[in-house]
Amino acid sequence: MIKIKNLHANVEGNEILRGINLDVNPGEIHAIMGPNGSGKSTLANVLAGHEAYEITEGEILFKEKDIVEMEPDERAREGLFLAFQYPIEIPGVSNSVFLRTALNEIRKHNGEEEISAKDFLNLIKEKSEVLGMDSSLISRSVNEGFSGGEKKRNEILQLLMLDPKLAVLDETDSGLDIDALKIVAHGVNKFKAEDKAVILVTHYQRLLDYIIPDFVHVLYKGKIVKSGDKSLALELEEKGYDWIIKEQPVAV
Amino acid sequence: MSQDNIKKWYLDNYNKFEKVIGTDSLNSLRKNAKNDFDSSEFPTKKNEEWKYTSVSPILKHEFIPSPLLANENKILDEIDSYKIPNLETHLLVFINGIFDPNLSSIGKLPDGVIVDSFYNQTQLNSEFIKKYISMNGGRDNSFNLLNNSFTYDGLVVYLPKNKLIEEPIHVLNIAISDESKTLIQPRNLIIAEEHSEAKIITEYIGLTEIEYFTNILTEISVDENANVTFYKIQNETNDAFHIDKTDIIQKESSVFNHFSLSFGGKIARNDINTKLDGENIELHLYGLYLGNEDQHIDHHTFIDHAKPNCESNELYKGILDDKARGVFSGKILVNQIAQKTNAFQSNKSVLLSNDASIDAKPQLEIYADDVKCSHGATVGKLDEQAFFYIRSRGVPEESARSMLIRAFVDDVVSEIKINPLKEKVNHTIFEHLHREEF
Repeated sequence: MIKIKNLHANVEGNEILRGINLDVNPGEIHAIMGPNGSGKSTLANVLAGHEAYEITEGEILFKEKDIVEMEPDERAREGLFLAFQYPIEIPGVSNSVFLRTALNEIRKHNGEEEISAKDFLNLIKEKSEVLGMDSSLISRSVNEGFSGGEKKRNEILQLLMLDPKLAVLDETDSGLDIDALKIVAHGVNKFKAEDKAVILVTHYQRLLDYIIPDFVHVLYKGKIVKSGDKSLALELEEKGYDWIIKEQPVAV
Repeated sequence: MSQDNIKKWYLDNYNKFEKVIGTDSLNSLRKNAKNDFDSSEFPTKKNEEWKYTSVSPILKHEFIPSPLLANENKILDEIDSYKIPNLETHLLVFINGIFDPNLSSIGKLPDGVIVDSFYNQTQLNSEFIKKYISMNGGRDNSFNLLNNSFTYDGLVVYLPKNKLIEEPIHVLNIAISDESKTLIQPRNLIIAEEHSEAKIITEYIGLTEIEYFTNILTEISVDENANVTFYKIQNETNDAFHIDKTDIIQKESSVFNHFSLSFGGKIARNDINTKLDGENIELHLYGLYLGNEDQHIDHHTFIDHAKPNCESNELYKGILDDKARGVFSGKILVNQIAQKTNAFQSNKSVLLSNDASIDAKPQLEIYADDVKCSHGATVGKLDEQAFFYIRSRGVPEESARSMLIRAFVDDVVSEIKINPLKEKVNHTIFEHLHREEF
């Protein structure tokens, strides 16, 4: 699904990613963990094409196409989705208009017809129900006046509506209480399929009780320094990150 | 053209105008204004209030006051297309500043309510006009005096005590002269007595390729407990000049909402002066200015908190593209006796191009000690993080930008409580910015 090779990226001249290598196959869930400042969110944003980050080296092959030069909207239409750590409010633009526009752009890209108003309404109702969201939300402005938890839930609603190939979730668990966390996890598990992949960026192991990863990677100073299965996440929960950091060779 | 030459031009036109009009009840008012005009000077950039706006391009043209022009008989058969879709209104149409009864449809009004042309009222009801006209006085410059000298037509709304007009009044001012450079000078008078209520939409549009000049004077009186909302949609051509002075006096416990929605004009200047002359008054001033090409759009607002316990809220937002220039000057004066005043002012502008600019000048002058006042002005580009967010959902760049424009203007647009008007304004925003609508 996605192959990241020796990825280096800068923000404002500082190198944040220093040679990431990662292979994610269809059907897999990968968790990216690591201490604050290790580059987790940078990786998520670089994958989605944020302009503030400059890729200096390496490549990102998404469905075997190099997407490094692709605009964020092109990547999305290709089937890449980023759930934001801090979703943005868009006053004056309703959820339904926003999602219908996005969905139709993706459908157009895939050579499909635009979705009818009726089918769209049915689809959004169905997906809202999965997440226990009130359908009145459809006509409200995107994220405007939403609580932190509602915003995160809305990200997952967008994920289910747009139905991408690869979902990158950037700290979707942060700021959620246990009930909201379960709902979000339920949504992600609904998304999970043989032809889909998920990259979960998270600081805590908690979410991984509900979304079981196939692989866990530890990011430290812009590199993946350790990979394992879900037991690695439990070990990190118990022992913190220090033992991994200590294993690292001291920079000369 | 020098100041003296252009003044002479208008004074000569005054003499012609006086002959055309003959004798009527407003002769002395006009004559006094003409004499004041004669001894006045058009403002220059040396004048603090005109520091950012040069009127010299306006003074280069010899505009002919529209009452002196023969009716061009341009047939306007598509008047319906200028109505606000899905909205019942009391419609008044002015062509080049002159009321056109055939195109208008004022409809039925409650007893005692007057919605009419200024000219008709000077003929029918001159005592009434003389009682209220120039009630505010002062703060006049050459442009205002020029309007006063040629006082002829405009809008009159009179709401007696306890009267309510449910449907909005829609005033459509259309400039259509294709032959002469026209000076259009509406003189508007709105009197809302105690406990009365009305919504007024005044719209200025141009259907001509040549330059013209709209020079407006509007006086609004909002008595105790009255509730008036005044929408001004300025959608002149980009070759037009537009100067508007609106004076408002509010009395105790009244509510007044003013919207200045500015789209057109090569040079557009709006002075909105409000006096809160009673307690427990609520005032809202909303503004939008959208400039493209080499437009220059200037708003000067002045709020005089003369009495205690009043609240004023001001929100002005602008989007400037190409080489457009915006000016916002907002002055709030809180007099010594105006304790417990709440006054809030916010001005935000977005520049869509590197050549666009804005001069923002908020001013608070506070002489009372127990007040809550704040002001803020920001200038920036469209929110980049939001831009990324929208695009990350597959929405292309242009549509994403339109969504951000919609989002930026939303806190002003959402205050428009007449839905068909809100739709129309949204439509005009995108049309004017040449962007895909959202």
